[in-house]
Amino acid sequence: MNLSSTVRQQVLVLYLHTSALDSRVVGWARYDGTGATRPTTGDSDEPPYGTGVAALEDGWRLFQAAQLVPPYPGVEQETSFLKHEFFFEKLVERGPADSG
Amino acid sequence: MSTTRQLLSSAQVARFVAHGFLHLDGIVPPEMNEEALEVFAAGLHAVPYGTPVPKAFAEGSFARRLLELPAVAGALESLVGPDPAVDHHFVHTREPREGSAQPLHADALIDLRQDAFDVQLMYYPQEVTAEMGGTLIVPGSHLRRVNESDTGRYQNLLGQTRLTCPAGTVVLLHHGIWHGGRRNDSDTVRHMYKIRFNPSVPQVRLWDTADLDTPAVREELAHGFPWYEQATGRLEILNRIKLWRSLSGDPGFDIDHWATRIANRPAAAQRSKA
Repeated sequence: MNLSSTVRQQVLVLYLHTSALDSRVVGWARYDGTGATRPTTGDSDEPPYGTGVAALEDGWRLFQAAQLVPPYPGVEQETSFLKHEFFFEKLVERGPADSG
Repeated sequence: MSTTRQLLSSAQVARFVAHGFLHLDGIVPPEMNEEALEVFAAGLHAVPYGTPVPKAFAEGSFARRLLELPAVAGALESLVGPDPAVDHHFVHTREPREGSAQPLHADALIDLRQDAFDVQLMYYPQEVTAEMGGTLIVPGSHLRRVNESDTGRYQNLLGQTRLTCPAGTVVLLHHGIWHGGRRNDSDTVRHMYKIRFNPSVPQVRLWDTADLDTPAVREELAHGFPWYEQATGRLEILNRIKLWRSLSGDPGFDIDHWATRIANRPAAAQRSKA
């Protein structure tokens, strides 16, 4: 089997309440390497999982978590991007008809 | 201008400072909503950046009449003062069955102002249904320092507002709010007319301040949003305190002693007296 032609990556990004993986989800995004779905901005109001751990329990594999970076001196009270960002993946095998 | 002034209350302005936007649902009369579609089809004339409203929009013109509606005029005066300049105006159109949504973004550049803000007016001449998409707004995002579409990675945030509204709705937004045009999955063309205003006077106590010292003001300013992270959510309140001190002209305003506590430097004060 040629894995590169039949397996695609689905990516889930969860933004959590604190830096702990078992804290609650406050934001989310999905990207689908199979092309079967096209998740986009503002398309759902309910998060797919309640916590980061709940995504693990459903078979998502964590591959990146945001580092804890100390605030830059002088701008400690500024707010900007969400800090607690966790990237997950699932590898999905495409059907024979899709595998080209 | 209208002789009927409908200024906002302190609690309403505090709500704007916390949420970053204000809804005026269905306040434009149906005949103007019909007229709007013709005006948009004919095309808008260009307005040079920074043109005062009376110069930008002739008396009796559609835009001028929109801004003279008492609810719109009162809210705008309360937020940017009596003689704002028109920064720019534009009609945003989302075609039927359009395949994509705008990424979540803040308009323009990172804005470093802490004692001033622009207001963007968004006017919807038609009813906006969920299928038509509407505008996505993230309440309480306006004080975060981000550059334009760098926030595009965030598809959904808990507590986001997916605007659906009756025809004739006007939404006024702080310039920094995170927003985006959602995908239009309907068969109807959707229009949104945007005008950005620059204040020309200090934005201090421009509203009806009769309720300035009521608990409602603090309650509005202390409001949390479900997408806020635990720690950063506290900084949001602190940043609102700073903005409210500026808007209210009250340098001692505080919520739960937060700003006062972290500014307390007895040793520095003693040194400066010596």
